[in-house]
Amino acid sequence: MSAAPTYDLGKLHGGLRLQANKSASTAQAIRKVPVPAQLVLPIAQHVGDPAQPVVGIGERVLKGQLIAEPDGALGAPVHASSSGKIVAIEPWPVSRRYGENAPCIVIECDGEDRHIERAEIPPAYDTLPPDVVLTQILQGGIVGLGGAVFPTAQKLMQAVTCELKYLILNGVECEPYISCDDALMREYAREIVGGAQILLHALELDSGYIVVESDKPEAIHAIADVLAEVSDDRLVLKQVPSIYPSGGEDQLVQLVTNLEVPSGGLPTDVGCLVQNVGTTAAIYDWIINHEPLIARVTTITGDGIAQPMNLDVRIGTTVADVVNFVGGYTDRAEQLIIGGPMTGKTVTTDRVPIVKATNCILVLSQDPALGPEMPCIRCGNCAAVCPVQLLPQQLFWYACADEEAKIRSYGLTDCIECGCCDLVCPSHIPLTFDFRMAKARYREMADEKARAERARLRFEARNERLEKQQKARDDELSRQKETARQAGPEAIAAILKRKQQAKDED
Amino acid sequence: MEFVRREAPYIAPKANVSSMMLQVLVALIPAALAHVWYFGPGFLCNLIIAAIFCVGGEALVMRLRGRPPLATISDYSALVTAVLLTFALPSLTPWWVTATGSLFAIVIAKHMYGGLGFNVFNPAMVGYIVVLIAFPMDLNLWVAPHMGDIDYQYLTLLQTIAYTLTGALPETLTFDAISRATPLDAMQAGLRTMHTFSEIWANPIMGNFGGRGWEWIGNLTLAGGIWLLIKKIIRWHIPVGVFAGLLIPMTVMYAIDSSANAGPGFHLFSGATILCAFFIATDPVSAATSPKGRLVYGAGIGFLIFSIRQWGSYADGVAFAVVLMNMATPAIDYVTRPHIVGHPRRGQRQ
Repeated sequence: MSAAPTYDLGKLHGGLRLQANKSASTAQAIRKVPVPAQLVLPIAQHVGDPAQPVVGIGERVLKGQLIAEPDGALGAPVHASSSGKIVAIEPWPVSRRYGENAPCIVIECDGEDRHIERAEIPPAYDTLPPDVVLTQILQGGIVGLGGAVFPTAQKLMQAVTCELKYLILNGVECEPYISCDDALMREYAREIVGGAQILLHALELDSGYIVVESDKPEAIHAIADVLAEVSDDRLVLKQVPSIYPSGGEDQLVQLVTNLEVPSGGLPTDVGCLVQNVGTTAAIYDWIINHEPLIARVTTITGDGIAQPMNLDVRIGTTVADVVNFVGGYTDRAEQLIIGGPMTGKTVTTDRVPIVKATNCILVLSQDPALGPEMPCIRCGNCAAVCPVQLLPQQLFWYACADEEAKIRSYGLTDCIECGCCDLVCPSHIPLTFDFRMAKARYREMADEKARAERARLRFEARNERLEKQQKARDDELSRQKETARQAGPEAIAAILKRKQQAKDED
Repeated sequence: MEFVRREAPYIAPKANVSSMMLQVLVALIPAALAHVWYFGPGFLCNLIIAAIFCVGGEALVMRLRGRPPLATISDYSALVTAVLLTFALPSLTPWWVTATGSLFAIVIAKHMYGGLGFNVFNPAMVGYIVVLIAFPMDLNLWVAPHMGDIDYQYLTLLQTIAYTLTGALPETLTFDAISRATPLDAMQAGLRTMHTFSEIWANPIMGNFGGRGWEWIGNLTLAGGIWLLIKKIIRWHIPVGVFAGLLIPMTVMYAIDSSANAGPGFHLFSGATILCAFFIATDPVSAATSPKGRLVYGAGIGFLIFSIRQWGSYADGVAFAVVLMNMATPAIDYVTRPHIVGHPRRGQRQ
């Protein structure tokens, strides 16, 4: 089957055609990284509250065994990626900004990679009611692998409460250097399409798009071949031009359906559910093969890496182990970025583990071309490339002036932090960073305000309570006085006498 | 191994302010050469004076503000101001006039407001307006274009330098012998004294569709402007706005009475219309910033030029039009904010 045509696409404002830099890592097939000596598994690999460990130090665990249970509404479980012994549950540098510490479960692997017992015959998912399938997905520890790591089951459960029209599979890997989804689509198209079918069943939908950028012909062919084979007319392959950031969830919805996701809302508000192709493959692995999310495909690339490639790597393998596997660093290795060159985070150490969210390990030399920051000359290049159609030059102006109301009315919270504006700014202003900081500042101020408001309400409630008590006491006293007054002096004398007698008897 | 801490994105921007300004300067070279060809070497003398006072003024201010002067000068924005001011001045201008305009542009209009990126008004136009009001006699002395068939005496390079330095002509020459009304002056004065368009057009300073000489400066300015558009240094909204704002009403007037009004072609290729559309109004700092806002801003400038030429006491009016629209920029920016994706559209409820 020939590649699907690009047709009836919605309009996306701005964006950039960036140099892809992906061919280095897609030159060879995905390679499997062997079991490392040690696995480091953060208990928080999703957006919600951290999972709670259910294993103790010294305990032996098997591959695929549950080691931390979800806690709270937005939780996701963590499973052991190989067999071995729990040696520590302690803070460890993780792939947050700069590589801050976070609690991790450390497993010393025994190298046997023994799997926990699995049901031999996979149940036919399409005979199960949709909500049972959703509950099963919850237990697989599956989170969005596109980078947002939102627990997939919860996302699906929210989606079934909405009026859904389309399932959109996101194969638009628009950020330079990253090619893990491309590699996955080339080699695991069957799993991706299978996962999409499971999702259509679970969501009771009959329309889904698999969207791939037109600069990935191999992936398009692979998906098209599988689609032809399964001949499922619910699924349609759609090509989009390779413009960054078309792969952002809201941007993709806009591109595919020409509908705008409302500000502060979700794609489900316009009837769409977006899932990354990697997530779909993970759902297939769990529902059909009973393999929870314990490994993923990750790109390791950049001029600081000897042999860029795509790897099938166990969650919890440290970056250092992965780099060793691909032949080490080059002498140009200066920045270690987890994620892509537009939105990734630098970490200071390669002790950080690969987590469910790690789609790319990018090691780069430092770019010497970055000039000093100059004043904004309002050239408007930033506004021309902004996919959300913001005016970054005005946002920057109000961010400098710290005018919260203004900056909000110019849509600060609608900024998706794609970084396009930074790349076209002739004054080399770190706009995205400034916006990130402004968002954090206003979020903090709002939290502070909410705390102060709560304290004020508490204080007022207490005052009211005290006043009420005082009033009750006063009322009681005046009632007694009134009773006494009405009773007259003889009665008072009688009472006093009774009290005196009682005292004397003591 | 220790790695550095940086913030996303990690790809360096390609453009920078200095190279943008340099490209603006390069785009003006053909028009500048044409200017020298038609109106003599005075342009170069003025340019040197303007450059010295603009750049020197900027260095001085940066020194007073306690900042490194070299870093600021090397963005070439002061040089762009000098060049634009020079284009506005007659080719014979005494040095103190140019110096006053330059210093006013840089020190008052630019740095008193905070320097590059913060100036509310277009510095070159403020400088020009100041000297236009302060030295009206000097600013009215335009020589005729240097073309074979026009009866006129012109100054040699040495005489030009002497005039620039002293403001005095050689004893053998008088102002009347060398100066001519500009085509716009002649047109405005002629029409107001009830001459018909064709009578005025008989004047040898008129060319094929604009003023003689001016046509060619206009063509080359246009070429430079289009080059800037191609290089994406400027965007199309402001030039289109200026042309629409000026030429649409001019065409309507011309269609109503072609003997009492000059045509749109004349207005396009005379005076500073093209320079304004591509090089002056497009100064991003003092212009509106959103695409729609820039169309409105450009159209406002065009319409003001039309109004001043049609009913005002100045023959051209570009500088006034630009500065007046600079005042309106914050308001334009406010009312022309683009629709943010995901927000309800105007008149639509969420």
